Amino acid sequence: MRDNLQLTPDGQLKHLLTLDGLPARILTQILDTASSFVAVGEREVKSVPLLRGKAVFNIFFENSTRTRTTFEIAAKRLSADVVNLNVGASSQSKGETLLDTVANLAAMHADMFVVRHAASGAAHLIARHVAPHIHVVNAGDGRCSHPTQGLLDMFTIRHFKGGFHNLRVAIVGDVLHSRVARSQIHALTTLGCPQVRVIAPKTLLPRDVSNLGVHVYHDLAQGLKDVDVVMMLRLQNERMQGARLPSAGEFYKHWGLTAEKLRHAKPDAIVMHPGPMNRGVEIDSEVADGPQSVILAQVTFGIAVRMAVMSLLAGN
Amino acid sequence: MQQLPSPDQLIARLADRIAPTLGPDLALVGIHTGGVWVMDALLARLGRDLPRGVLDISFYRDDFSRIGLHAQVKPSGIPFDMEGRRVLLVDDVLHTGRTIRAAMNVLFDYGRPASIGLAVLLDRGGREMPICPDFVGAQMELAEHENIALTRGEDGKLGFTLEKRP
Repeated sequence: MRDNLQLTPDGQLKHLLTLDGLPARILTQILDTASSFVAVGEREVKSVPLLRGKAVFNIFFENSTRTRTTFEIAAKRLSADVVNLNVGASSQSKGETLLDTVANLAAMHADMFVVRHAASGAAHLIARHVAPHIHVVNAGDGRCSHPTQGLLDMFTIRHFKGGFHNLRVAIVGDVLHSRVARSQIHALTTLGCPQVRVIAPKTLLPRDVSNLGVHVYHDLAQGLKDVDVVMMLRLQNERMQGARLPSAGEFYKHWGLTAEKLRHAKPDAIVMHPGPMNRGVEIDSEVADGPQSVILAQVTFGIAVRMAVMSLLAGN
Repeated sequence: MQQLPSPDQLIARLADRIAPTLGPDLALVGIHTGGVWVMDALLARLGRDLPRGVLDISFYRDDFSRIGLHAQVKPSGIPFDMEGRRVLLVDDVLHTGRTIRAAMNVLFDYGRPASIGLAVLLDRGGREMPICPDFVGAQMELAEHENIALTRGEDGKLGFTLEKRP
């Protein structure tokens, strides 16, 4: 049901809500299109006229400066008219419901909504109620999903490693609260990655982790052995205050990625992080700023990937 | 059944016409996909090491809102400075002229060329834009419901195929 919501009857992408259930055909189409947009970003004029005259509304019910900014740049490079709304600060505090807010924006002739919300399923709810010509992109909902982050991670891996078929990939850290880890695991498996590892303390793993088709490790050095890609997850500050973890220092000692720990991975392994980083908690500065880090490349690729998603949606 | 021209003969004819105009500031730009094949065949025939670029015009099409993005968009690559360059656009079949209109827009997003010329293997008529090629391999009047396309076999051999739409 959820999966069908984002595809048209003839199997094209209509909304991007989650990577779950998306076939390799569509994932690859998005990554290929994004490659062409990377080339556009290197030109003198960095915009193309594809979405000229279309109105894209970035509706952020939850703050996320970087995600909102990259969506805004992506829409502007497609020549769309972009409106940014921090709804948390306005209508919601006056008691307007989510669907009323969206209906009002649709009445302002919106063509696309980019939605960030603290509640899981918010983007799905909106997609189910908008007029047929409107497209919805999930820019992060609750613990559930953050599909464009998952896609830009896949793009980054493909860019640096050439493909997925011979790779060992390790996902390290707070899998339980991460909205990207599930998307990543699903996308990696769909694109043919033969070995996905998850490295985390037991308290930060979901109970159903064994159903995800991954290898689970509780020791960082062991889990990193001979991997090609290390995907770090952000440890959210509020989790550290909870009962799941002793302290930030203690977490760093066991789970923080240091240059010494990274030596267990392959010498040409790349290190990724979705940002914002907690230096000295999940990752050491020496690694974050080191030669194996591709963290800033991820940000640049994020623009091309979001351009690809928006242009494919708008055409379907 | 109409006799279809041989692409190899047309390329030889095009190359002969282009050869006298070659100069140090000239660059060739082929339009994906057929235009790139024609450009590379021309370069081989001309035997000159000219700057070479490729364009995918999918992001500039005027029918995007009706048909969406082409199934597979290929990266454009212009590995030379556009400023002051004489550019010769190369395409396989010239029909409405809309592709060429879009291609000229793409070129200007790389900089300001000194001039833009157009070489096509086959002009099939049916123009909807004020576009006139500088170099033409052959002309052939086709009906609106007919579609001619350049194809390339696995051995690299070029050929034309003619289809009639119902």
